[in-house]
Amino acid sequence: MGLFKKKASCHSVQTEPQSSGKKVVLVGNPNVGKSVLFNALTGAYVTVSNYPGTSVEVARGSATISGGQYQIIDTPGMYSLLPITEEERVAREILLNESPDVVLHVLDARNLERMLTMTLQLIDAQLPVVLVVNIMDEAEHMGLSIDIPLLQEKLGIPVIGAATAKKRGLDEIRQAIAGFNRKKHAVFGYSKRLESDIDSVARLINGDYPLSRKSLALLLLQRDEEVTAMVLSREGESAAIAETVREKIFERRESFHLDLSMERKGIVKGLLAGVLTIPEKRKVTFNERLSRWAVRPITGVPLLLVVLYFGLYKFVGDFGAGTLVDFLEGNIFESHFNPWITRVVNGVIPWEVIRELFVGEYGVITLGLRYAVGIILPIVATFFLFFSILEDSGYFPRLALLVDRVFKKIGLTGRAVIPMVLGFGCDTMATMVTRTLETVRERVIATLLLALAIPCSAQLGVILALLSKAPGALMAWSVCLLLIFLVIGFLAARLMPGETPMFYMELPPMRLPQLSNVFTKTYTRMQWYFMEILPLFVLASVLLWIGKLTHFFEKAVEGLSPVMAAIGLPKEVAVAFIFGFFRRDYGAAGLYDLQTKGILNGRQLTVAAVTLTLFIPCVAQFLIMKRERGMKVALAIGLFVSVLAFGSGYLLNEFLVVTRLL
Amino acid sequence: MKLSDKAEEILEAMWIAVEEEGKGFAEMEGIGIDPVDPAYAELTSHALIEVKEGRVYFRPEGKEEGRKTIRRHRLAERLLMDVLNVRGEAGDDKACQFEHLLNEGVDAKVCTMLNHPTTCPHGKQIPPGECCEEARKSGDLGVVPLTELKSNEEGEIAYIQTEDSKKMQKLMAMGVLPGNRIILMQSFPSYIFRVGFSEFAIDTAMAREIFVRR
Repeated sequence: MGLFKKKASCHSVQTEPQSSGKKVVLVGNPNVGKSVLFNALTGAYVTVSNYPGTSVEVARGSATISGGQYQIIDTPGMYSLLPITEEERVAREILLNESPDVVLHVLDARNLERMLTMTLQLIDAQLPVVLVVNIMDEAEHMGLSIDIPLLQEKLGIPVIGAATAKKRGLDEIRQAIAGFNRKKHAVFGYSKRLESDIDSVARLINGDYPLSRKSLALLLLQRDEEVTAMVLSREGESAAIAETVREKIFERRESFHLDLSMERKGIVKGLLAGVLTIPEKRKVTFNERLSRWAVRPITGVPLLLVVLYFGLYKFVGDFGAGTLVDFLEGNIFESHFNPWITRVVNGVIPWEVIRELFVGEYGVITLGLRYAVGIILPIVATFFLFFSILEDSGYFPRLALLVDRVFKKIGLTGRAVIPMVLGFGCDTMATMVTRTLETVRERVIATLLLALAIPCSAQLGVILALLSKAPGALMAWSVCLLLIFLVIGFLAARLMPGETPMFYMELPPMRLPQLSNVFTKTYTRMQWYFMEILPLFVLASVLLWIGKLTHFFEKAVEGLSPVMAAIGLPKEVAVAFIFGFFRRDYGAAGLYDLQTKGILNGRQLTVAAVTLTLFIPCVAQFLIMKRERGMKVALAIGLFVSVLAFGSGYLLNEFLVVTRLL
Repeated sequence: MKLSDKAEEILEAMWIAVEEEGKGFAEMEGIGIDPVDPAYAELTSHALIEVKEGRVYFRPEGKEEGRKTIRRHRLAERLLMDVLNVRGEAGDDKACQFEHLLNEGVDAKVCTMLNHPTTCPHGKQIPPGECCEEARKSGDLGVVPLTELKSNEEGEIAYIQTEDSKKMQKLMAMGVLPGNRIILMQSFPSYIFRVGFSEFAIDTAMAREIFVRR
């Protein structure tokens, strides 16, 4: 799934391709292995950037093939030359504007019949197409047989059978790129009526375009806005063509899209005669059986719990937040690194004030770096690893359909499960990913819920560590958060104007994730996370240092103490909240410090943990909220979340005091 | 026998009073047609009704005629709302005019096209006609939305009915094309279907828009 691949950069400057040479563009449906092929062709030097004017990311890399220099471009998944989503629009822009020397159309051998219609469109457009029939291994495993040479002959373009994940066919693909020449390719005839309609429009197109006139005419007839604008702006005396197109569209208003699809389907059927042999009986593979288990509620829910227990609780919680944090924070930092760096700094810097800045109580190194590297890094790393494995196994679309009904109640569709789960890793990153949701309404609700009730992995790790000693407190905390998540979601869905969009999703086959791909993804996410948080941790340390110097900090703690008193907490906890203002996880870590000093009892711990989890998202998340949703929405959400956090803290405290539950 | 529009309306009102409200007769005042209207005489002369002291009674042939009339009216409502998308008061008004055209076999054609509906858009029963009876006997289920298929049941996609052309394009790009075989894999919590070797998940609202011939 291309949803989150390479979220490494958030700048929208397009880097100039570092290598000249010929251009190879990879196109195809989502989930056909484009990225794996891209990585196999390019190697290490890859730049990822937003396509100008959009939030869609495009990866570019360079490759040397048979001594020639090539620039390889990986495009977002597209189903057809006629775009519907922003991703598809970008993919087509690249085809239109980058004048590729070779277009590698990658498709899934198992879905040859369905996906070949796009090959037809690319050939119709007279683009330099090489067809890669990928995932041949699994197709063969299912008993499909595909006569590649015959297909090549029928299409008149190079066709390569490959299994890029198994490195099969890579050499042939390279050879096809290096040896490509635009020779003749097959021409597909539509019905007489359609051909004459196409011709009546194509005849009027005179200019020079990256697509053939036939292809342009078809897109015009399908009312493609961009192509219409492009053609009309280039064809000076536009009246005749606009008139003809309007006439033809009106003549065939009843079912042009359908007719065209049906004709293409017919052509593909003809092409595949003798090429594709399907076994009489469908083989059911183990992965398919696993897929069945994942989507049936009766087995899917237990499976989800197993995944959460082992993945989130055992791996991220116990191993990441426990073992790794103990080792890095307790052992490396507390016992070795901090004493050493303190000695060094004290030896070099004579001024107490500056020493404080680096190695004091809130020192950039002793606090900022320790938190970032010692506590946050291991938790986030284990979470992203877990997330990438799930993503590559094809589990998320299945989870999405499982929760769609519940999510509809809170104004979201199953699609939103992906940003929600990602939120347990990093709410900031998840807020960015909400842009993949269809409607603005859905995005706002998702942003609100992420800001409010989804604790990020760092915070979750610390809070689980805090509360694990008191099972009652852990229970109370979980129930509170789940309740608030559902209630606020339910209310938001009622109060926000607009309708919940429909849910549809392709279910890619479940498969064993490829380790190299998982590690690459984890690494790029980690890199992004670290670039984003380390400066903030340092900034927070500096601000806290200034606060301490100017005694502003004590005053802030004093100022917050009535609030703390109202929700039944000692005033020291205010420190954690002030930390939490910079980053939520930072605040939780502050709470952890207080707990180890033994200042809080069970009730106070629960109240503090709940309030802090709900409290204002970290600065980074707020900035992303502002960027994605606009200042007004971001401020409204921020204010709402703060009020609700302290309000819930107050109520929870009253409730616990009265009932004496904890 | 071709009755006037007004006569047909009297029969409808009577049918509702007698068959649905369980009365033995209809009050002339409740019918909404002037008691001196010649339509009453028309019906009496055809031996369909009897009028006694402001009360109107069915004769056996009249009851049958009333049944057919109400059937045409409700089929007209279905046709206008489901197919022509004329809704609300305009739909009700137009249905009242439209129903009079649905005689002499046209009603059976419309009924078959609508796949023998059993209720009108307001939820009232549509009395079944001969065509419905035949369809039931032959077991021809006709074209049904995907939601009506059972798990692991297979069919052929007949058509997609959606007002959103983008969604239609998306579905077609996913391989949901008339003529393709479709297998419903699961219907809860979401609908999962397979076309070719690809699987897709959609919600109920979307499943209602894909029509399948079993």
